[in-house]
Amino acid sequence: MEAIILQILNGLDKGSAYALIALGLTLIFGTLGVVNFAHGALFMIGAFCAVVMQRLLGLSYEQVDPTKTDFLGNPLKVQVPYVESWFGPEIGGAIVDWSVPLAIVLAIPVMVILGFVMERGLIKHFYKRPHADQILVTFGLAIVLQEVIKYFFGANPIQSGAPAALSGSFDFGAMLGFDPNVVIYPFWRLVYFLFSLVIIAGVFAFLQFTTFGMVVRAGMADRETVGLLGIDIDRRFTIMFGLAAAVAGLAGVMYTPILAPNYHMGMDFLVLSFVVVVVGGMGSLPGAVAAGFLLGILQSFASMNEVKSIIPGIDQVIIYLVAIVILLTRPRGLMGRKGVMED
Amino acid sequence: MTNSNLTRRGVLKTGAVTGAGLALPTIFTSRASAFTNEPTGSTVTFGFNVPQTGPYAEEGLDELRAQELAVEHLNGMGDGGMLQTFSSKTLDGTGILGKKVQFVTGDTQTKSDAARAAAKSMIEKDGVVMINGGSSSGVAVAVQGLCQEAGIIFMAGLTHSNDTTGKDRKKNGFRHFFNAYMSGAALAPVLEKAYGTDRRAYHLTADYTWGYTQQESIQASTEALGWQTVNNVLTPVGAGDFSSYITPVLQSGADVLILNHYGGDMVNSLTQAVQFGLRDKQVNGKQFEIVVPLYSELMAEGAGDNIKGVYGSMNWNWQLQDPGTKAFVKSFGERYGRPPSNSAHTCYVQTLLYADAVARAGSFNPCAVAEALEGFEFDGMGNGPTTYRAEDHQCFKDVLVMKGAENPTTKFDVLEVVEVTPRAQVEYAPDHPMFGGAEASLGECNDGA
Repeated sequence: MEAIILQILNGLDKGSAYALIALGLTLIFGTLGVVNFAHGALFMIGAFCAVVMQRLLGLSYEQVDPTKTDFLGNPLKVQVPYVESWFGPEIGGAIVDWSVPLAIVLAIPVMVILGFVMERGLIKHFYKRPHADQILVTFGLAIVLQEVIKYFFGANPIQSGAPAALSGSFDFGAMLGFDPNVVIYPFWRLVYFLFSLVIIAGVFAFLQFTTFGMVVRAGMADRETVGLLGIDIDRRFTIMFGLAAAVAGLAGVMYTPILAPNYHMGMDFLVLSFVVVVVGGMGSLPGAVAAGFLLGILQSFASMNEVKSIIPGIDQVIIYLVAIVILLTRPRGLMGRKGVMED
Repeated sequence: MTNSNLTRRGVLKTGAVTGAGLALPTIFTSRASAFTNEPTGSTVTFGFNVPQTGPYAEEGLDELRAQELAVEHLNGMGDGGMLQTFSSKTLDGTGILGKKVQFVTGDTQTKSDAARAAAKSMIEKDGVVMINGGSSSGVAVAVQGLCQEAGIIFMAGLTHSNDTTGKDRKKNGFRHFFNAYMSGAALAPVLEKAYGTDRRAYHLTADYTWGYTQQESIQASTEALGWQTVNNVLTPVGAGDFSSYITPVLQSGADVLILNHYGGDMVNSLTQAVQFGLRDKQVNGKQFEIVVPLYSELMAEGAGDNIKGVYGSMNWNWQLQDPGTKAFVKSFGERYGRPPSNSAHTCYVQTLLYADAVARAGSFNPCAVAEALEGFEFDGMGNGPTTYRAEDHQCFKDVLVMKGAENPTTKFDVLEVVEVTPRAQVEYAPDHPMFGGAEASLGECNDGA
């Protein structure tokens, strides 16, 4: 029982990331009809926004400490962050410590602008081209973006920890009456799960309860008719691209304490997220979210030693096996709409 | 009035002498080019095959820095680095056998096929006499096989699998870096002292050649202490999120987690294990501990605070105080503004060792070079007295046991040296079962003839 609870918990945070990326992918596909293979790169750039924030807050001046020496035997130059000298070591230290959540402030404008530039500068020229062309150009863009990141940040993973207050773990099992020390769950993973729920709820509320969202939904259903009503649907769809980029970016920012950012992390998530979108049903937002969590949890279960001892290597293929079964039994995915990608 | 001596007989004589003179080098060439890529001009070319892209690119970059420095030192530029402390005095900073050293680079991408393609191109197009470097055992074994077939020398870089000089050993291949068996032998006494003899270990192991041999070595050496091995779970390389593999650890009753991971996998699995609170737990009445048997400074930097107090092992570290280390760190540090990593060190040393072997052999012929390296004993290169064992081409020297520093002053001293394990403690027989047993053989030397 404890093992099942543990794997559900493990699946939730992984599923949260899949759901957020798949949500953005579906938003872009549903509005613009573009299969965006650069979406994983947006997740990765979001994660690097946290790294940039960490470095910005860690900007330091050098102070020579004559009592210590560096590796060449010269007096040691100690780096003192400006924020610590401005606000004192306690408050300054706390600001540096909270750099990952604070990076949200940086990530939203960066990702929205990046989304606009991508859509207006490149992707809009591919609306009328076949999906294969869109996949090729966005995949190429993803490679360019990850190489740019590697050029500036190097190839090694860069650690961006959770704030000290949230970096520990809690005994979830003991809270449910199980033996202590068996079902342990890190605080930050819980934070990530709750954060993703807030973002998903926010996106759905935006689409459901605002006029802008209503027009976008109408455009997703019938772009031509909305255009005939005199509404500039293209402009709204560009904004949706920015929004989708921001969702992917925020998913990346908050994921950094779980997975140290590296330049190819986007690719690892992209393929799985596409499977999530297909399983959920192309163009279906609730489908993407549901499939994200479902596949995340299934993947966790498949990683259990008991399961792997029966079918070795199942953890690597479970997602694809489930995708095959679902597509065979429900060709449009779990919640796919008729007519999407069927022309 | 001028008197010309131009006669028919004179022209014929001069022509014959000139013709013979011109033909002479060809005669020597045809005899000398009996081995692959024999350098005929005033230069000799080395091939540095390192990961320049992909997950180990940072490590590859550090290897390149060191190799470039080694070439400079061989050619008499800079302060000479370890040439000042190297026990063999054959090299004098004028190149090798009167030829200036130059180099070309290849990108292994940490993929066996890409590494072989890069090495092949350097051998066939650039005419390199040896290949040096790399940051993966899978790559090292693949490139070593290629160099054996091509008839040139392979000086392995960072490769820690027992197989490189074990079951996959080759007559043309040499490894200065230590191996998984040595890590186990060095770590065991330190672990016994720190954690006792009654421990239950749980292994997470990278699913490829290096992971298997390291796990086998650490399991053997810890079980010899009296530890039990609760489980060994293979994890896919580049898994990213290891939570599903980490959470069953506490349920298993284990009180030590051994992470047979390297690079980004090590950073992630260690970080996540710490996040899951493993190191804060008491199991079987003992504090839960984590061990990372193979450390690298560049990766330790990435793991941040999570590495504090965690034991591991290394081939060499810049904090050692012997004259060889000091000379190399000074030379490297002044040039690049950072201390060298242990992969940089091994690549630097391998370059000098190859050059020295050529100079001692008086030939670039790979079989003569191999003979000069076999059984070669040297000192002054940072690891104390060292031997290149003839039977398997593995270097035997002291090994370092490291620990994550509690209070590092800079990002360069996140690891501290706990113990310099004497060489005698990490030695083993060439036909040891973990190294291919009695069947393992170097085979015949191939000079490409």
